[in-house]
Formats: sequence, structure tokens, C-alpha cells
Amino acid sequence: MRYFGGVDVGSTQTKAIIIDENRAVVGRALQDMETSMKTVAQDAFDAALADAGIRADQVVRVAGTGYGRYNVSFGDEQVTEISCHARGAIALFPGTATVIDIGGQDTKAISVKPDGQVADFTMNDKCAAGTGRFLGAASYALEMPLSALGPLALKSQNPVRITTTCTVFAESEIISHLAKGILPEDVLMGVHQAITSRCVSLARRVGIHSEVTFTGGVSRNVAMVRLIEDAVGTKVNVSPDAHYCGALGAALFAHEHALANETRTAVPA
Amino acid sequence: MTIDTVQTPATAAPAEFDARVEGQRLMKEWYGGLELAGERGQPVANVFVMGNAIEILRCFDFQLVFPEINSLQTGVRKVSEEYLRLSEDYGMSPDVCSYVKADVGLILKEQKHPAGLIPKADIAIASNMCSTFIKWAEIWERMLKTPTFVLDLPGQRAANWEVRPGDAQHAADARWVEAQFRDLIERCERITGRRFRMERLAEVQSEVNRMVGHWNNVMALNRNCPAPYNAMLDGLTYIGIMNVYRGTAEGADFMARLEEQLRAQVARGEGKVAGEKFRLLFSGTPCYVSMRRLVELFESWGGVFAYSDYLTFAAGGMDAGDLVYDTSRPLESLAEVTALAAQRGLSNQFFAHERLAQNVRDYDVDGIVFHGIKSCRFVSSGMADTRDYLNKRLKIPSLYIESDLIDPRYWSDAQIKNRVDAFFESLNQRGGPAPHAGRAAAVPLASEASIGGEA
Repeated sequence: MRYFGGVDVGSTQTKAIIIDENRAVVGRALQDMETSMKTVAQDAFDAALADAGIRADQVVRVAGTGYGRYNVSFGDEQVTEISCHARGAIALFPGTATVIDIGGQDTKAISVKPDGQVADFTMNDKCAAGTGRFLGAASYALEMPLSALGPLALKSQNPVRITTTCTVFAESEIISHLAKGILPEDVLMGVHQAITSRCVSLARRVGIHSEVTFTGGVSRNVAMVRLIEDAVGTKVNVSPDAHYCGALGAALFAHEHALANETRTAVPA
Repeated sequence: MTIDTVQTPATAAPAEFDARVEGQRLMKEWYGGLELAGERGQPVANVFVMGNAIEILRCFDFQLVFPEINSLQTGVRKVSEEYLRLSEDYGMSPDVCSYVKADVGLILKEQKHPAGLIPKADIAIASNMCSTFIKWAEIWERMLKTPTFVLDLPGQRAANWEVRPGDAQHAADARWVEAQFRDLIERCERITGRRFRMERLAEVQSEVNRMVGHWNNVMALNRNCPAPYNAMLDGLTYIGIMNVYRGTAEGADFMARLEEQLRAQVARGEGKVAGEKFRLLFSGTPCYVSMRRLVELFESWGGVFAYSDYLTFAAGGMDAGDLVYDTSRPLESLAEVTALAAQRGLSNQFFAHERLAQNVRDYDVDGIVFHGIKSCRFVSSGMADTRDYLNKRLKIPSLYIESDLIDPRYWSDAQIKNRVDAFFESLNQRGGPAPHAGRAAAVPLASEASIGGEA
């Protein structure tokens, strides 16, 4: 059996995926960016190999993606995360027409064709409002882990309106609301609503068409999923592997390009 | 109308002409002339690239200062941030147009520009083609005591509405502009102590006609595959000469030699980008501080900018094909052409839908790149509508990127590279460009083209 790898070096975490010849995921790994930028891709890839129980020499081709894709020094190719999220989303949910990806510093909306091609895309520009970083600011201000934010926000009865679009100022706005005695869940729901408003606005620019697939680390947040579903007016696909969607797409490109190379080589001169 | 024929330049053979080197030489010479203006006792005028009436100013031998070009040159020479910070320290907001701020920085540096000392102007010609022009001229009045003459040029009133020569509206617009030109002539006579000569205006206009004819052909030559030049790198050199040397023999000669050289390139099948794979249209204004880098990002994928609406916009609409001066009635013709050019230059960014759709067909492009700039929401804000329209109407892929004219603080290399790469990945996934055979190949040769004629 031959294997193919995808490594997504993002702003806050690095994700690695190993797939087999049948495009089935056999190994995955996630590393926080606390380790060295130079070694984090290799560390994540090694961890994914261990998870799959295979050796590096069994992996035929590796594609790097994410802002740090050129740090995947052992990779055979680099593909942007826009193409990779589109390809990964179609693999996870073949009916996907729109992808909303919220990562640590990037939010993107991608209009996808049935074969996984990118029809159009749009991203946040020079501002981290509407990205996972906004939740990071809330987590810091409330001294709560990221995983606790979504469930607590869903308890809100009277969400506040977070008016700033600046992630840095959001932190002071959160603290100011808390100082006024507003409940943490109401402040948090306001934060979630602000992010939703920004990312759904991006999605509207490329057109929201069903099915909508939500990818990236923030898709693990239950409140974000619910709010996006309310905003787009349809159920949103979320996979347990949504966090790995970019890495999965990269592995699929590695698989596809390896096969294409073999086909070319096989053609008689 | 007097229509001159294209003259074969009696200058060096095409092989000896290097447009970049010659362009740099001419620009250096222009800056050199500015430095000597005081010594030579020449009058000086500040003008913008749109709606500037330089044909009249040339009749009085004004040395022309183009503050927009001074500002963009600080970007090209990678010193713009120094000028911008000076103006911000002076109190200007980060949201103000970076061209204006670099110019205020220049004033604060006592007119010391990296290209030389810029003389103070005896008059500034502004127009309503950009509302910032007028505020900018007010800054000169305040800081340098420069007298201002503001031209009120009627713009396009609505989408899908175009003034045509001979229309009653055009005639009225032209009369309105002509009256202002007569006022301007009187002002110039008072400043210089010289009499205006109509024959001199006709001579200047003949050179403009000659230059614009070649310019139109240069633009049209890029309809060829492969494209002989990159509209957003080489084209920026060409438009610099087009603006600074309009109405001069040197400018018309440059454009003639350039056309001849490009025709030879086309005949040899030489493209600007080796292995041209994607033909692109650039809409918006350049990021002068990082333009070479941006072009490099596109060229690494085999992409060439075959056309840019900036080359119309920043030429003040002078390339609009049928705009030819009738030198038998110079002033009336100047007013008529200015009224049309102003509308076309000004409307270029606002009513761009159908114009761009036509450009897409003419230049057979595979995709459009929209570049919004922080400095000017005025020209950037309509891009989303235009993009949406063209996506739906022509199903043509497009990319939106954002930075600034000359402020390096708005250039984010990783973000822009990411978008450019994703754009080309999607173009490649579509199966790449259609085969070039038969595409956009038919451009008339020199003998078939006439000045102002649609090539």
C-alpha cells in the first residue's frame, strides 16, 4: 500500500494527514505552533506517520499548505489552503457548494464546483476581525480555555453587541462589559455574533449556496456552528475532521498529482 | 478634422531602442529641466495627469511639475515611507491619499525629491476630475502660496450614457470648457508676460495627435499573443512618457519608436513573458512601491497583464481612440476633446462594466485582477460591483487584492502571494487557458493604422 501526505502549517497550529491509495484517512496529527517554526511541520508529519503506523518511505508524495507551506521542506509541492479547503470539503461532504473556513488569523469563503475546483473565493484582508483570533482575545480576557467558550455562549439570554471590529480593541471592550457586571455568557455570545457577522458577510460576496461546509479550527465551537446556521438559513456540514480539512485537501492533491505523474510517465514517447 | 498620418521615425533602428532606458533618460531629463527652471527664468505650473490643459501651458513654455508622478516616484525609489511619515507627523491622517501625503512630505523637506529639487509653481491647475485635486491645490495655496486655477470639467452623468461628439450635450460641455480655457490663457499671459499664439497651440496639438496615435497602436499591439509588453510594468514607463511629454516632439518620437519596436517583436513572435500561459487584465491603480514584486508573482505562473484600464484612466482618457485635435480650430477642438477625455478618464473607474467587458474580449484575457487601494476608496469602492457583474456576465475569473499606491505599510506579501497563488491554482484547475491559436492575433500593421483610429 502507498500513502500520501498533507501538511497544513497555519498561524496557530500545524495539521498533518496521511491518506492511503483509496483516499481514506489513516493518520492525523495536530501540533501547536509553540514549537519551532522550522521543525513543526516535520514534527506534525512524524506524528501523523506514527498515528498511521507507517514509515516515511511508504509515503509517495507530500503537499504543504497554509501560510507556512514553504516550511514543509520535505514536501514535493505547495498548494494554497484555499484550493486545499475546497478539495478537502468536497471529500468530506460531496454536496458542498460553499466553504466557510475560520482559522486562527484567516477567515475565507470559497465557492466550490462539484469536482472540488475553486469557483471564487474571498478572505479577510489585513484585519483579524472575524477570525479565530477574536475568540482568542475573548479567551484571554475571560481567562477561559477556547474549548469552553462555545458551550458557555449558548447559555446567553441577553447577548451584548460588540461594536469594535478591531481584535485588539475587542479585548478592552470585553473587559469593559464584564466590569459593568454583564454576564460572561452574554459577552461571549456578542463576540460569537460579531465573528459570525463578519464571516457570513464574506460568504455572501461569493454567494451562499447549499450545501455549506464549515471548516477550520473554529468549526469545533458549537456556538459558532449554530450562529452560522442561523445566519445562512440552512444546516451546515461539520466533520470531526473539519479542523484537518486543509491538510486533507493537500494530501488529496498529492495523491492526484502522483497519479498524474505516473500516467504521464507511462505514455510511450 | 485634420488627421495626420503615422510618420515612420527617422531615428535609430528598432533593435537599438530600449524603451526602459530611453524612458528613464527622458524622465531624468524632465527632472533636470525642473531643477534649472529658476535659473532659466522659466514659469512653472503644477498639473495633474487628468484634466490638466497642458496644451495651453506648453504655449507659454511652462515647466510642468506633476505632483502625482513625484509621489509615485518616491514609491518606485522605495523612499515613500519617509515622506509619508513626515506628513503624518505634521498631522495628516493615515486615511489621507498617500500621493497627497508624500507631496506634503516633499514640501516639509523643502522640495527635496530623490530625483532632484522640485521648483515652486507659479500656478497650479486643478480640476474636479478628482475631488482630492482641489483639496490638494488648497494645501499648496496654504503652504506655498501657489495661486490655483480650477477647471470644472463635466463628467459622465449616468451609467450606460455616453456623450458623443456632436451631441447637443457635448457642444454645451465644450462651450463651458472653452470659456474656462480663455480665462486660463489670460491668467497665463499675466504670469508670463507673453502673448498667446493660436498657431503654437496647433503645433502642440499636432504633436499630441501624433503621440496619441502611436499610443493607441502600442495599446492595441498587446492584443497579440504573446503580449509584447507587460501593461503593468512596461506600460507604467510608457504612460509616464505619455503624461510628461504630451505635446512635445520628444514624446511623439518615443511613442513612434516604441510602436516600431513592439511591431518588430510581434513579427518575431516575442512575448514579454516566456511561455505566456495566462493573459490578464489589471483594473485599478498600481502599487508603485511593490509593482515589480506583484508582477513577479504573476509572471512566475506565466501570467502577463495584457491590458490595464489604468493606462486609460491615468492618461486622462486621452487614449480613447477617436480623440483627435482639429488643428484648424485649436481652442474649440481642445475644449471638445477635453470634455470627452475628461468623461472617459473619469468614468473609467465608475462605469467600468461594459468597457471592461469589451476589453476582456479585445485582449482575450483569461482573468481580471482588481486592485483596491487604501488611498482612494473613490476609485476602489465600485470594484465589487464590477467584479460581480463580469463574473456573471462573462463567467470570467477574477481576483481582488488590496494594498496602496505608495504606502508600503499596506503591502502584505504573504497575504497577496496566497491570493495570487490560489487564483492561478483555480485557473489551472479549470484546465488552463484556451489554446492561443487564433486568439487575439489580428492587429492591423502600421500601414493600416491611422492616428486615433481604432486599431
